Amino acid sequence: MLSGIPLLPVQASTLAPQVDALYYFIVAVTAFFGILVAILVTAFALKYKDDTGLKVGAPITGSVPLEIGWSLIPFFVAVAIFAWSATIFFQYTRPPENTLEIYSTGKRWMWRFQHLDGQREINTLHVPVGRPVKITFTSEDVLHDLYIPAFRIKADAIPGRYSSIWFEATKTGEYHLFCAEYCGTRHSGMIGTVYVMEPNDYQAWLSNGGVTGGSMQARGEQLFQQLACTTCHLTDGKGRGPSLAGVFGSQVKLTSGQTVIADESYIRESILAPQTKLVDGYQPLMPTFQGLVNEDGVLSLIEYVKSLNGGAGAAQASAAPATAPAQGERR
Amino acid sequence: MAQQAEASTLGMWIFLVTEVMFFGGLFTAYLIYRIWYPEAWAEGSRELDIQLGAFNTAVLIGSSLTMALAVRAAQTNKQRATVGWLISTMVLGLVFLVVKFFEYKHKYDLGHIPGPNFHFEGVHASQVEIFLSLYFAMTGLHALHMLIGFGIMTAITIMAVRGRFSSEWSTPVELAGLYWHFVDIVWIFLFPLLYLVDRAGHFA
Amino acid sequence: MSTTAAAASPVTYLNEKTTVASWLLTKDHKRIGLMYMLTVTLAFVVGAVFAGLIRLELATPAGDLLSSDTYNRVFTAHGVAMVFFVLIPVVPAVLGNFVLPLMLGAKDVAFPKLNLLSWYVFILGMTVTFSAIVMGGVDTGWTFYPPFSTEGSDSNVMLAGVGIFITGFSSILTGLNFMVTIHRMRAPGLTWFRLPLFVWALYATSLIQVLGTPVVAITVLMVALERFAHLGFFDPRLGGDPVLFQHLFWFYSHPAVYIMILPPMGAISEVIACFSRKNIFGYSFVAFSSMAIAVFGFLVWAHHIFVAGISPYSAMVFSFLTYAVAVPSAVKTFNWTATLYRGAIWMRAPMIWVFGFLGLFLVGGLTGLFTASLGIDIHIHDTYFVVAHFHYIMVGGAIMGYFAGLHFWWPKMTGRMYNDTAAKTSAVLVFVGFNLTFFPQFILGYLGMPRRYHMYPPEFQVLNVMSTGGAAILAVGYLLPMIYLTYSFFKGEQAGSNPWMATGLEWTTQSPPLPHNFADQPVVTEGAYEYSKREMKVA
Repeated sequence: MLSGIPLLPVQASTLAPQVDALYYFIVAVTAFFGILVAILVTAFALKYKDDTGLKVGAPITGSVPLEIGWSLIPFFVAVAIFAWSATIFFQYTRPPENTLEIYSTGKRWMWRFQHLDGQREINTLHVPVGRPVKITFTSEDVLHDLYIPAFRIKADAIPGRYSSIWFEATKTGEYHLFCAEYCGTRHSGMIGTVYVMEPNDYQAWLSNGGVTGGSMQARGEQLFQQLACTTCHLTDGKGRGPSLAGVFGSQVKLTSGQTVIADESYIRESILAPQTKLVDGYQPLMPTFQGLVNEDGVLSLIEYVKSLNGGAGAAQASAAPATAPAQGERR
Repeated sequence: MAQQAEASTLGMWIFLVTEVMFFGGLFTAYLIYRIWYPEAWAEGSRELDIQLGAFNTAVLIGSSLTMALAVRAAQTNKQRATVGWLISTMVLGLVFLVVKFFEYKHKYDLGHIPGPNFHFEGVHASQVEIFLSLYFAMTGLHALHMLIGFGIMTAITIMAVRGRFSSEWSTPVELAGLYWHFVDIVWIFLFPLLYLVDRAGHFA
Repeated sequence: MSTTAAAASPVTYLNEKTTVASWLLTKDHKRIGLMYMLTVTLAFVVGAVFAGLIRLELATPAGDLLSSDTYNRVFTAHGVAMVFFVLIPVVPAVLGNFVLPLMLGAKDVAFPKLNLLSWYVFILGMTVTFSAIVMGGVDTGWTFYPPFSTEGSDSNVMLAGVGIFITGFSSILTGLNFMVTIHRMRAPGLTWFRLPLFVWALYATSLIQVLGTPVVAITVLMVALERFAHLGFFDPRLGGDPVLFQHLFWFYSHPAVYIMILPPMGAISEVIACFSRKNIFGYSFVAFSSMAIAVFGFLVWAHHIFVAGISPYSAMVFSFLTYAVAVPSAVKTFNWTATLYRGAIWMRAPMIWVFGFLGLFLVGGLTGLFTASLGIDIHIHDTYFVVAHFHYIMVGGAIMGYFAGLHFWWPKMTGRMYNDTAAKTSAVLVFVGFNLTFFPQFILGYLGMPRRYHMYPPEFQVLNVMSTGGAAILAVGYLLPMIYLTYSFFKGEQAGSNPWMATGLEWTTQSPPLPHNFADQPVVTEGAYEYSKREMKVA
């Protein structure tokens, strides 16, 4: 019966084998120390057993060399594990160039995904094998957490800021997608499936995707007109609001004297709470669009703003660090 | 007796450490949002009445002085002076709370109470709401400590009237004094952080 | 309430006065310790019933026993009851209260009235919190993360928050009382380095209680104010930061783990030294490791939020510090092992509980190396791996340690012996049941099963069934002591003042002790564990 139970989830991303190798290493280290102590305790307990309770032990009070030894050895072992872990962690935080961008919004109790070409799906995610994919996501209500065990990745979806994860799938198939941060009644129902497909199948899926409303960029452009953003954000820079061409990923100087990088989180904040970080030289005239545009709409708008950078801009999409964009942005 | 007094004093100091940690949570929140939203903080602090704040600061520092004099009087067997200084301390504490009440009332009249009815004309309204939330939590908690201190003072004054203290034993007065000074010191931090923050210029 | 049969029996703290009022108004640390024992046991039973419900529900992948809403309320109630009303008070408030003044050669703690007050505050906090659970429950998890707790949940978050806030003061007052007691009430000759290690552990624990508890109190209060008075502290719609709550919360709640584990570690040191008939190996290293854990414990909180968007560099720092705090725990384990070497090991029941503790604490501590690892934590964070890890530490370690200490001091507390075989059987059952319950959860977690899941994919069922089966054995293991210890309290054999032939001042007075502990002021002339200088004879 037990032979049917796997000890590891499927390894379906480039990071998975690396995480598992480290896992095996720590298993070996802990097993060594665990078994060592267990053997010593058992051996001492058997060897020095005294059923009368009337004997006394040897007058040993301690040994400084031993204490130093068994402080330093675990310390160096820990440092080794730490160093190895850190190298893997940095791969998590640094996505490669030219990732395929996918956007997502977590909401009680579903995951919505949007592809650049405009396909939308709920609780399913289609991705090609062998291509790095970056998912940028946020939450519409409470905390959630996007977790795909087969890829060994996870990050919290936090309302008010963007998180991102990246992975490169190595094996076609269907994998679990979980919400891993408790979010209320149907937390355990906030699950879905990731379909990893051959590139051709993926292309076929994209073209059959039943896109309505065009690509994200097109939808964003449409929203940009609808919400009358164009009346102030003139492309020649002479409007009441700054021109947005080339803004994405650039340094922006604020009225407070601070500078921020115009990443996804900054653009989101500027749409929903425009006065918080006002661009230097402009008046606080822009109204909030909170309630007028949902998180999916904001993502489309961001995609549109990115497209205003020209061809290079869209590729340079990951100006923000992969995790914790908000941390850097808020300072 | 001496042993017991020492133990009580040590206990009081440890208690004050827990109080520091207690306010520390709010100060941490204050600090982080202050760094994130310096403009909203400046805007929010301009809403507070610096004159009333300064007046209250003077009142509290005065009450610390009368408290110290009460302790001194108790230690030197001056019963009438002890009672007198304790009552002065309580009166000053009361003045502080009354002024605070009118400050709160003013905020209420303007609709500056955070929540669904929050109303604020200004560019950073939401962040000012966080500022004012922290303002009410910090000053409210401080006022609660003042009220507790008021209760303690009442008990100590009654004991003093009954002539319970002498140069041999004045521990309760000393402990109440430590507590009172602590509450003052909290205000000494709150006043500049909440009322004067706009005068500090911007964080670079 | 009288426990002694013969009228000629000496006056003890148990039979001096026996009215209900004499208990409810007592200032005697020993009686307060026993009252805590009953209260904590009650909370443990409540928490255990909820645990049973969780395990029964998870025996099948579908949610067929409880509704999702009920399940969420059940695991929250389990966490709240166990963390705040069992694990945090169990060793300091029960064993600490009872033996600390005895160990110091003092008549009582420094502030006996405050001690009684802290019990009443505890009862009040527990009543408020449990009434929140009874009146519809709370569904936020014991961690109360906003914005779910502030606006997402429609359950009694407010009331539970207030209850926990109140309970925090009980913990603060106990910590304060113990610190002053240890500073001021030591018997003549009882210098710091002659103190029993249990006292060192209590001192380190008190430090955490005094410094950490106020922070969680204010944090929970902020959540309550945000919910009730609509003040905005963490609200993302105002630009507030939900992650700030997590920082404040874990600043206390990580050190709280050490409130749970340090005192049992201290009790383990006492029992190991006594039943090995030896000095504890490396006394000063064990003592300082407690202090080191208390200090480092405050520097590692952010390892709970590696996936919550903290900057990669701060994540590195916190991961490194977390590995650093592992070292003093390792040092303790090695010292306990070395203490056994060339001892004369007397296999009585408390020692069997110690072996159980060592086994479970070892697994719990070593699996901390996985969760502290940045690379692996991303995968196992918020999965059953973490659930298994903290149960090994907090239940396997802390509760095993509590039982070791309880079985050790029981003859002193009650003046009576219990059935040694029953106690050993119970220890073995707990050890086996515990491993069967929680070891499969490590595998489940690495396979990716998230925690707080009411329903789960069917491929996880086999391991979940093993876990549920283990829980049944565990339940029997925990039930047994309630039976044989109750029997012992009324009918057990008389214990004598020092049945284990142990060192330590608590064993120099009669069992159960006099109302004021010692007939004459004890004077200390040697270290805590000078067994090898002694001549053993049955007392």
